[in-house]
Amino acid sequence: MMENFKKLAKKPLFLPIFCMILVLLINVIKSPDFFAIKINNGVLFGRIIDILNRGSEIAILAVGQTLVVAVSAGTDISVGSVMSLSACGCCMLLAGYGNNSVSTLAVPMVVGMLFGVFMGGLSGAMNGALVAKLKIQPMVATLILFTAGRAIGLLLCNNQITYIRYEPYKYLGNFLPGCPIPTPVFVAIIVIAVVSILLKKTALGLYIQSVGINSRAARISGINSEVICFICYVICGICAGIAGIVASSRIYSADSNNIGLTFELDAILAVALGGNSLGGGKFNLAGSIIGAYTIQAITTTLLAMGVSTDKAPVFKAIIVIIIVVVQAPAFKAYMAARRAQKASVKEAA
Amino acid sequence: MDENILITMRDISKSFPGVKALDHAQFTLRKGEIHALMGENGAGKSTLIKVLTGVYSLDAGEIHVAGVDGPVINHSTLEAQEKGIATVYQEVNLCPNLTVAENLFIGREPKTPIGTIDWRTMNKKAKEIVDGLELKIDVTIALENYSLAIQQMIAIARAVDMDCKVLILDEPTSSLDDNEVEKLFKVMRDLKAKGVGIIFVTHFLEQVYEVCDTITVLRNGEFAGEYSVEEMPRVKLVAAMLGKDFDDLASIKKEGASHVSDDVVVDATNLSHKGTIKPFDFQIKKGEVVGVTGLLGSGRSEMVRCIYGADKAQTGELKVNGKKLNIKEPLDAIKAGMGYLPDDRKADGCIGDLSVRENIILALQAKNGMFKKIPASKQNEIADKFIDMLQIKTASRETPINQLSGGNQQKVILARWLCTHPDFLILDEPTRGIDIGTKTEFQKLALKFAEEDGMSIVFISSEIEEMLRTCTRMYVMRDGAQVGEISGEMTQESVMAAIAGGGE
Amino acid sequence: MKTKRKLDSNTVLVFITIALFVVMYAIGCGIYQDKGFGNLQTFLNILINNAGLICVTCGMTCVMLTGGIDISVGSVIAMDCMLLVYGMTEWKMGAVQMVILILVIGLIFGAVQGFLVGYLEIQPFIVTMAGMFFARGMTAVICSGQISITEADNPTFYAWANSKINLPEFLGKANRHGKIVVPYIRPTVIIAFLVLILIFLMLKYTKFGRNLYAVGGNQMSATMMGLNVKKTKMLSHVLSSLLCSIGGILYCLNTMSGSVNQATGLEMDAIASAVIGGTLLTGGVGNVIGSFFGVMITGTITVLVNTNGKLLSSWANIATAALLCIFIILQSVFALVKARRNK
Repeated sequence: MMENFKKLAKKPLFLPIFCMILVLLINVIKSPDFFAIKINNGVLFGRIIDILNRGSEIAILAVGQTLVVAVSAGTDISVGSVMSLSACGCCMLLAGYGNNSVSTLAVPMVVGMLFGVFMGGLSGAMNGALVAKLKIQPMVATLILFTAGRAIGLLLCNNQITYIRYEPYKYLGNFLPGCPIPTPVFVAIIVIAVVSILLKKTALGLYIQSVGINSRAARISGINSEVICFICYVICGICAGIAGIVASSRIYSADSNNIGLTFELDAILAVALGGNSLGGGKFNLAGSIIGAYTIQAITTTLLAMGVSTDKAPVFKAIIVIIIVVVQAPAFKAYMAARRAQKASVKEAA
Repeated sequence: MDENILITMRDISKSFPGVKALDHAQFTLRKGEIHALMGENGAGKSTLIKVLTGVYSLDAGEIHVAGVDGPVINHSTLEAQEKGIATVYQEVNLCPNLTVAENLFIGREPKTPIGTIDWRTMNKKAKEIVDGLELKIDVTIALENYSLAIQQMIAIARAVDMDCKVLILDEPTSSLDDNEVEKLFKVMRDLKAKGVGIIFVTHFLEQVYEVCDTITVLRNGEFAGEYSVEEMPRVKLVAAMLGKDFDDLASIKKEGASHVSDDVVVDATNLSHKGTIKPFDFQIKKGEVVGVTGLLGSGRSEMVRCIYGADKAQTGELKVNGKKLNIKEPLDAIKAGMGYLPDDRKADGCIGDLSVRENIILALQAKNGMFKKIPASKQNEIADKFIDMLQIKTASRETPINQLSGGNQQKVILARWLCTHPDFLILDEPTRGIDIGTKTEFQKLALKFAEEDGMSIVFISSEIEEMLRTCTRMYVMRDGAQVGEISGEMTQESVMAAIAGGGE
Repeated sequence: MKTKRKLDSNTVLVFITIALFVVMYAIGCGIYQDKGFGNLQTFLNILINNAGLICVTCGMTCVMLTGGIDISVGSVIAMDCMLLVYGMTEWKMGAVQMVILILVIGLIFGAVQGFLVGYLEIQPFIVTMAGMFFARGMTAVICSGQISITEADNPTFYAWANSKINLPEFLGKANRHGKIVVPYIRPTVIIAFLVLILIFLMLKYTKFGRNLYAVGGNQMSATMMGLNVKKTKMLSHVLSSLLCSIGGILYCLNTMSGSVNQATGLEMDAIASAVIGGTLLTGGVGNVIGSFFGVMITGTITVLVNTNGKLLSSWANIATAALLCIFIILQSVFALVKARRNK
């Protein structure tokens, strides 16, 4: 029994799935109607739907963050700011500079959205150049956009919240007419699918892991480590851009100060919760995605239990610490030593 | 214990996964003695020293240190230091951002009466030490402003100033110029006169003959002998280090060079990389096996790294199959049909956590390009083929490479290159740290590829026997430069004489 | 002995920072003279407004010297402010007791983070990120609204916050009515300067201070030379959290209120100031004098943008980020040049 459990615990997806099940169990015990799904006004309602819906942005960010962590053993802390930046870029273009509330668009909606995603990619490129070419620590390099992203977004929107009161703009972040499932769920699925296919159909996944584990050996084997690192940051930037547009569409506006706030931390937490080492190397995309939804589940659960959003971080912090302490080599060595000591005491007795 | 003996190490054994680094090694150090510890790469010199200084624990054997009753086991460098054993490593172990004076005194800074650091006294004392070494440097600025050579001298000064009984110098001279080496030797002689015992690890023969009294030679982790310098001529020393005794490898016979064609595959003129290798020429024909020989640090690896583009050549011209080629990245070399099995398997070869399969197909994938992913079935096929062909012992093709033994890891890296079908394959110390059976296989394979597939192979090994068996000619390297080429009738003696150079 | 004192690149960076501050301020005086930018009091206000940040940046510098980072500081300040205000308004505690309580909490907070970083060897970024979550959440747990402290709540604290220390009269300037307005500072500035000087002396003259540099310079070497690296790292976090608590008290004296969203992003201000002041994020290089000027530069940028009046306030952030970018690239280029020279 114990043996089987230990074997199971070694599986790569054990940690994220275990956490997920734990959270769901707590929920079911607390409120049996947790899994209930209702249909209101032709759209689905329920906790599960809510988790899937609200967790989309974190899941999208986690995809990019996973690659960045794997390739550079560092984190991109600018993703939250980049979300805000791309949302502002998109809304600025749609509303026309200086307008803070419009109901007709200045340019086609697709152009604005693509511009937002492009801003994300550009931000990723800047981070990537600093990390790959100038060998600056990832956290430090991304600190620049972390500080400036929101501010540039505010400038683009002329220091105000820009509202796009144009019905189709709300589709992306809410519901498509006639479709009961929230659109962000589809966006997350599409992003995950595209990146998965990219990893499956090209050798990118192999390259990223090789560079992350041993960049010198990867170079000798003919892999251009700098380019691979750069690509990962660009992908991460694009993901942040897409997440930004979704977040903006939810509230049909560009609220520079609040879009994506502390999302970088959720994204990093999702990667760690997914069983990925923050030291880079091998990665598991599925784990990160499960991790992302687990975090959303925790947030939703806490909300349901009456813990307000601003108090939830206390629990998140405790979860983070437990995860990292259990994974820490120093802690493992200590536990192994204790176990050995106990065994020897038993033998003596 | 003899009054005069400072350290005795008896029957020391130490194994790492897949490799026996030390096998009943012996070592004795006496008072006022400069004792050279010699041996080729992988002979176990640094392992022996690390066991002594507590960096590694030992599997078997005993260490006795003068003044301590009973066997000694050090658990850390600090413990060794407290017993009077100070060490200076090849890579400078100082803090480059602190001043010279701080580096000399950190951990034992002079204090003022109120407990703060007394910079004035510290700088004054530091200046005295530095002046004693006749170094013209400012002790109040950061160490990183000085050359590696000066940093090395400071590291030595720190060790010397700590009143040690035993001083271990682990290849300290590789970054020093002649003048600085002379200063170091003066310090060493002064310490010797004071009765300090010095263990001196170096691969420069001249230095051994200039300053040392005794030599202990290690070979393949075993004790090969202790000699007094006077009664040990240079060639004999090289013989002791490289090993003369024949093994079962003698069965491999060289077939002569009948299969070598006249097409020149790689032709390099005047290539160089600043700081690692002086300008050299290199030529290899189709089907030829060429050796590069020289002691460790002579530039043998650096030379091939420069050809392959692992260190980008800064001067000279490279022609592959008659066409001029500008190699900027290893990928360019791979595309031109080159392959390079690096000498440092851990740092430059294996991608630790990846599976055997992924490690094998990596270079082929890189050659094909990122968007032409090798299909999974094809990957399995390639992996299985090479696991079978090279008899790689692994649980499955999906086992992470770092769970394999050294020899099998090496075979995986070899497979990585073989599956790219190279015209020109560099094998840099393919046999280091692997068992004797696998060594034979590697030599046989090298010959087979050259004969049957017309591959041109560069074979580098610290064991001359292996080179004699595989190579038709050899480039000789010494002190980071190419110093000659030998071909025709090669014997151990002629090769050793060429490596040793100068002197007798 | 003829040794030429070479100016090393790190000193150059600090000089660039100081020069930049002087030039920036001079330009400000030139352009906005009519808006009173040249007044001594404007300068003193930068000090008053940033007293807390100076303390926090000193602590941040110490952690960064070891090669670590502490991103929990902003949230810890919010928690401190909230607790101070809540304690004095709701629990009717005395000002002195509350200050001591805050300092003790700072010590404990730092000890826990330091233990995780030093002894369990978990990445400082992750540990302090959790610390950041925790402190921010605790702020809300104490009270989720915005509360202020008035004279009626706690006269002592109110008196501390509002006491002025006048500078000598000859520095004063006559206003429109011909009355001499004497420039003043608050006690918070004195405390900030005391902290600055103490940390400066500690870094230069104590064993612990030098150990911080040694650990950041080369952790492996520091271990080999017999330093207790784990303890040094832990203490650096204890120091950082303690200074952060002092900073929090100063911050509270300035704002006299507590709210969940207070001091968000302050950790980035502190990191940016330290980096602009020449502290390397890789550890081992930097000092609090540079960090002080880093704070003054970010403070001046804010005042310049505010004085202009027409510029959006986000320009201050963008300018800080741009400076940060320039300094990081400069550091990286210097490091690459150095590596090449040593090769």
